[in-house]
Amino acid sequence: MMDKQQMQEFIARRVAQELQDGTLVNLGIGLPTLVANFVPEGRDVTFQSENGFIGVGPAPTEEQLDPCIANAGAMPVTILPGGSFFDSAMSFGIIRGGHVDVTVLGALQVAENGDIANYTIPGKMVPGMGGAMDLLSGAKKVIVAMEHTAKGAHKLLRECTLPLTAINAVDLIVTEMGVIEVSHEGFVLIEQNPDYTLDEIKAATGAPLIISAALRQMA
Amino acid sequence: MSKLISLEDAVNLVRDGDTVMIGGFLAVGTPERLIEALIAKGVKDLTLICNDTGFVDRGVGKMVVAKMFKKIMASHIGTNRETGRQMLEGETEVVLIPQGTLIEQIRAGGFGLGGVLTKTGLGTAVEKGKTVIDIDGERFLLEKPLRANVALLFAEKSDEKGNLSFHGATRNFNTYMGAAADIAIVEAQQVVRVGEMCPDEVVVPGVFIDHIVDGGAL
Repeated sequence: MMDKQQMQEFIARRVAQELQDGTLVNLGIGLPTLVANFVPEGRDVTFQSENGFIGVGPAPTEEQLDPCIANAGAMPVTILPGGSFFDSAMSFGIIRGGHVDVTVLGALQVAENGDIANYTIPGKMVPGMGGAMDLLSGAKKVIVAMEHTAKGAHKLLRECTLPLTAINAVDLIVTEMGVIEVSHEGFVLIEQNPDYTLDEIKAATGAPLIISAALRQMA
Repeated sequence: MSKLISLEDAVNLVRDGDTVMIGGFLAVGTPERLIEALIAKGVKDLTLICNDTGFVDRGVGKMVVAKMFKKIMASHIGTNRETGRQMLEGETEVVLIPQGTLIEQIRAGGFGLGGVLTKTGLGTAVEKGKTVIDIDGERFLLEKPLRANVALLFAEKSDEKGNLSFHGATRNFNTYMGAAADIAIVEAQQVVRVGEMCPDEVVVPGVFIDHIVDGGAL
């Protein structure tokens, strides 16, 4: 069994495989941020930070630390050669205008038609949507990176019960159990983590799960 | 004529009940000196338009803790537990707005536009009560312009005409809020004489800026 950190790194590592050479990618806060650590060697992937720059680099050394360069989660970062700074209108023009190839976000719930809820639990948690609604409506591809269930409670559902962040938005879901495509027919399992049986994955999914004829092992 | 004024004169331009736009993103690019002076002065019943509500001890979050707002319009309040508490206990009205929509509403308010059309928020609670417009078979939400009485901005450098330049990720909402407010005040880390800035380096033309406060280094 993986502990929480191993599980998150396993998911992030698999998501990173999806990022193609020459793409612009926006990572949400939390688990998605880890994806940047696992981009395969030699692949030219550029990251956008919606607070206003392209070319997000790793955390700064003490000498590099600059209070004016932080990511959208307020963590200090660096900017890589070839990067650029801009304001929020430009940043969201890039996002809404379809210039971001992939966005990787966490989710509270995803429905089999691609609806996603990830910004509020009414009465309990009201952080706000930040840039998530714009990213979901504008990015060319939406990947959800999350644990398959919330301590056993289903997160993959026929319909979301929490307020939606966007409708019909999700393309791919990567969890510790497998990789799931959102198709017109619903959830399709295309990769299976061999640590889990198909029955276990189906039981952890709150909607019908189609098993792809080309099912692969998740690595 | 120089637009440079004292911090005291600047905060006296903000009155109880005003709508204020404040630049910054999670306290990066926030005019902290102006905020501290406003807290010291004790203005109240303000409506805030800002990307987020910062942290309890940094950025506009300090004004939330000082209970200066009756209403907050922001995209994200999750980093300041006091905003959430005031919202859940009904002390402060909070309107959550998608980030890209918020900046466009501000841009529209400052640039003479009647609003913007966006797909962001379609099919969500954001759509509620808004007009949906069909453009060549595609649905868009009509988001109306926002304006404020006063904008409080941050820049790395300003000349005495209010031409602004920035460093790092501090541009965020600072570049458009000045246009959308009756009075725009910038806190610049460095104020230089006219002619000392190259016109090529100016990001925000001084035409949008009414007053400058010398904020000194961060």
